[in-house]
Amino acid sequence: MSDFAATARVVRALGARSIRQTFRRPQLISPIVVFPTLLLAIQTGGAGAGIELPGFPPVQSFLQFMLAGSMMQSMMLAGNSGGIAFAVDIEMGFTDRLFAAPIPRFAIVLGRLAGTAALGLFASIWFLAIGLIFGADIEGGVPGALLAMALITASALAVGGIGAAIALQTGSASVVQGLFPLVLVVLFLSSAFFPQALMVEPARTIAEYNPFSFIVEGVREPIIAGIDLTQTLEAVAAIAGIIALGLVLSARALKHRLRVG
Amino acid sequence: MPAIVVAGLERAFGEFRAVQGIDLAVEEGEIYGFLGPNGAGKTTTVRMLTTLLLPTGGRASVAGHDVVSEARQVRASIGVALQEAALDPLMTGRELIRLQATLQGLPPVEGRKRADSLLERVDLAAAADRRVGTYSGGMQRRLDLAAALVHEPRVLFLDEPTTGLDPVSRKTIWEEVRALNDDGTTVFLTTQYLEEADQLADNVGIIDNGRIVAEGTPEELKAEVGNPHIELGVGEGAVAEAERVLGEIGRLLPPKGGKRVLVEVEQGSAEIPRVVRALDEAGIEVESLELVRPTLDDVFVDKTGYHLEEEEAGEESGERSPA
Repeated sequence: MSDFAATARVVRALGARSIRQTFRRPQLISPIVVFPTLLLAIQTGGAGAGIELPGFPPVQSFLQFMLAGSMMQSMMLAGNSGGIAFAVDIEMGFTDRLFAAPIPRFAIVLGRLAGTAALGLFASIWFLAIGLIFGADIEGGVPGALLAMALITASALAVGGIGAAIALQTGSASVVQGLFPLVLVVLFLSSAFFPQALMVEPARTIAEYNPFSFIVEGVREPIIAGIDLTQTLEAVAAIAGIIALGLVLSARALKHRLRVG
Repeated sequence: MPAIVVAGLERAFGEFRAVQGIDLAVEEGEIYGFLGPNGAGKTTTVRMLTTLLLPTGGRASVAGHDVVSEARQVRASIGVALQEAALDPLMTGRELIRLQATLQGLPPVEGRKRADSLLERVDLAAAADRRVGTYSGGMQRRLDLAAALVHEPRVLFLDEPTTGLDPVSRKTIWEEVRALNDDGTTVFLTTQYLEEADQLADNVGIIDNGRIVAEGTPEELKAEVGNPHIELGVGEGAVAEAERVLGEIGRLLPPKGGKRVLVEVEQGSAEIPRVVRALDEAGIEVESLELVRPTLDDVFVDKTGYHLEEEEAGEESGERSPA
């Protein structure tokens, strides 16, 4: 078996373990599914009339508008949960088992990220299904749905990279868990839950430059209007930037972890 | 060729020097017992030898490969069961062994076969599909050991494999270690239990404060510290007289307190009749008599100035017990 094939098998096995771990630990899966679903239900039920506001983008329903935000929230919490699970592995010494194996050490991080990306895919399917069940149309059709799923999956990988870097650097699940409020702050300071045009300053300017706004708009457009190449490319660029940041931080944190043992 | 060679190995954490230039060699097929109290540097040494921690000085090779420049080859040659079995409580035993087989690069069919046979070997076949979190401490250690063996490593590192286990589980692990060694596996075993080192190890290294203070076979080490001694229990008022009589036969050792008198005897059991006769002639009633051969604890005391097992017990109070 070639080195590449062997490493791919390891990444797949570690990714599968990471998914099983999430579904077997309620405190990891509930933030990904339950919390964003409840928030979607509450916001859709309570603020549905918001779509009548001047400046609100033309949408079929508030639910249709909100789907991208809920997917983003679920994806970011999947990244956070992945970081927590990685830190728990470090705390209980499980990563020593992995580091003592004859595999490239970046495969350990990639395995974790593969699992987080799969959870992102699951989140996108979950919320698209909820949207369809409750009457929201996907204007971009099947290609639009696939694009939204691909962007959320890639975003989960990107956010997971930052979660993994923090886990490797600190080795503490509590520290990674402590970032949970920050996830919400980043989301609320983007256009995930409210159109940027209707925000007040300084939130509006922050949202304008927040990379997560580019991603959420790239996911939202195929749902509320259809595929838009410019917005898709902007989302891809934002995701690529976060992936690059996550990889650099993870590589440095991995070195640190191996140095301190 | 030695399976493990260590020369001047050092590891510092800031100002603290956890391992201070140790040298050792472990031959192929040997069980090497690395004995020392908590905090002596045992685990730090094992982490360096298993490539989990970079040394800050010196060199080490395992299975002929340098632990720094050929770390991946080292990892392919070794099995590792670390202190506090590093297991995921949410995985089943079977999942863990299969994952380990994948990590070691075994093809899926081979990995499944090995997993089944190892689970059988460590008597966990019936519990293989239960989550590890439901296993007892002994079962977890056996699973950890099985995982370390999945790729049939040349060198096996066991870091305090029986700490915290009940006597029955401890004996089971010992039997497994002996069986592995009989099959030709070199075993590097760290322990804080004297009996474990004495029972299992072909050679023992004693580490204290990051330095190896003694090395040799258990018998050589015990022979170094002196002769057997007789430990006598005598009547309340007869201790001083017994000491006077026995002082003419051999060197008196520091008493353990109470009504006990300790005398070193060069010829061991051959000197018991002489001792009994001398006490009888002096009219001293003997309540108990025991011939005590030197133990690794005596070696430990001789080399470090304190008892290892009392050290372990005294740790909670933060004190070291002088000999």
